[in-house]
Amino acid sequence: MRRALVDALIELAARDERVVLLTADLGFAFLEAFRDRFPTRFFNVGVAEDNLIGLATGLGADGFVPFAYTMAAFALPRAFEIVRNGPVAHRLPVRIVGVGGGFDYGTDGPSHYALDDLALARALGEIDVFVPADAIQARDAVQAMSGCAGPVYLRLGTELRGVLPIPARAFEPGRIRTLKEGGPRSDVCLLALGPTAFDALEAAPLLEAAGIVTTVVAVSSLRPLLVEDIIRVVSGARMVVTLENHAVEGGLGSLVAEVMAEARLRPRLWRAGVTTRRFAPGRPSYLRAQLGLDASSLARRIGEALREP
Amino acid sequence: MPLDDRVRASAVAIRQAILRASRRANRGHIGSALSVADLVAGIVHALDLGRRPEEDRDRFVLSKGHAALAYYAGLQQVGILGSSALDEFCADGSRLATHPDRGVPGVSFSTGSLGLGVSYSVGSALAARLRGSSRRTVALMSDAELNCGLTWEALMFAAHHRLHRFQIVIDLNGSQAFGATSDVLDLRPIAARLEAFGFRVDEIDGHDPRQIREALEMPADGDRRPRATVASTKLGHGVSFMEGRLEWHYRPMTDDQYHQAMLEVGPSCDERSSTR
Repeated sequence: MRRALVDALIELAARDERVVLLTADLGFAFLEAFRDRFPTRFFNVGVAEDNLIGLATGLGADGFVPFAYTMAAFALPRAFEIVRNGPVAHRLPVRIVGVGGGFDYGTDGPSHYALDDLALARALGEIDVFVPADAIQARDAVQAMSGCAGPVYLRLGTELRGVLPIPARAFEPGRIRTLKEGGPRSDVCLLALGPTAFDALEAAPLLEAAGIVTTVVAVSSLRPLLVEDIIRVVSGARMVVTLENHAVEGGLGSLVAEVMAEARLRPRLWRAGVTTRRFAPGRPSYLRAQLGLDASSLARRIGEALREP
Repeated sequence: MPLDDRVRASAVAIRQAILRASRRANRGHIGSALSVADLVAGIVHALDLGRRPEEDRDRFVLSKGHAALAYYAGLQQVGILGSSALDEFCADGSRLATHPDRGVPGVSFSTGSLGLGVSYSVGSALAARLRGSSRRTVALMSDAELNCGLTWEALMFAAHHRLHRFQIVIDLNGSQAFGATSDVLDLRPIAARLEAFGFRVDEIDGHDPRQIREALEMPADGDRRPRATVASTKLGHGVSFMEGRLEWHYRPMTDDQYHQAMLEVGPSCDERSSTR
């Protein structure tokens, strides 16, 4: 995804001279291609995430389109207030790129996890939030930003998990994508955020084998989000499961719960995500299994839930 | 009229406007605004804030947003804000709040959260550099903003990139929200610290129009360092019962205090301070 991001940025910067790339000392082995192509539009601001956003605000106010690159663990969690008073309050086209959403930096340990960044982004209100699932969506997300007058938070994964089985125009802000259609009377509708769509897709055949009719939907942006689309896909399902590499508070699960409650939809809801901060580090695949978020855990827990009266 | 005299006259008008508007709105932050009145007057006259096209206009950022009244009054002095703009100060629904909002003419950034304005300003100065514009960016900040880590992050960036058309002016009134700066976090030696961070530093009397003017002139010696002007000031300058007194960071005035203050900041007060 980072490779796709850099390719898309180079393409964008070649067309649009307002594009400037700032990094808080991250992007080794990725951002060099941009730096070498556009040396006067690339700035390593040092380990200074607050200033990263402050500078981007100054540039954005002056007609530039700054991309501010750092880890998801630091972008919003560290610089939250600067983001709020800067690009958000000033409604500037600042693009904040947070790499390594969730526990993608698994063996680096909890200082490098971003389990709260989406909750922070949602709390900011007026910032678009894109969470592409794969490299193609990441590229399309960068292109889609041309249509965003205000700030955007782009959350990227670091794992290479393949490419989603969806047709062209893989990413449109606010649009959800049905990856597997279970029909209007699905037993379970799985709404998966960003790269967790791959886990949902893996769980689907396990569920079907157990006789559970399954719909899988990829959600790749939290704002904008077409609420009617969410209502449409969850209506009629016996059970709705949200899946995200993020705490269950404040991310996709919370959002879907809000939508369902306000629309008076009553299917059983399980917000699958990170429910504890007390776990030992490990590779993302290990952590998914430990936290009950891998395909077999998902299939087992959904099966159990549907057997309950 | 020589520039120093115009600045002096503007500073008096700014002080009067600060007092009038804060009395009408019954709001505080008077001391902080009075302490920068002379600096604001000097800056608005030294910079080109209105004539050139928007992208080439100089930028004056008030990082110590709580002195917004001085800022608004200064923008009035050069015709960027209308003469009756302050009638709306702190009125319900008005853009003219106790901290500046980007929607107000002449205000590039909404400030008030301390430390952020300096970082925005460096970004703005970088934007000018990228555009090949010769415009200047001047950020007026409080001494207490030197407590903020972000301030130093921004200063390091400005120095590293030799943003020589960027300048900070520090309102060194020695007073912050809950004590004297020397008691809270002693910043001394400020000039040496700024120099060590790569700035060209002047130390001036922040109430002397001539020294302010000289500090705001662009040096012709080819020095590429950004500049820091450390301006010694007095909280509440011009009003005897406010000078150096922390409570005037907060308190509004009574009618009696207002009349007394207006008498003191008039032209006679100004002559007094210039013959000090």
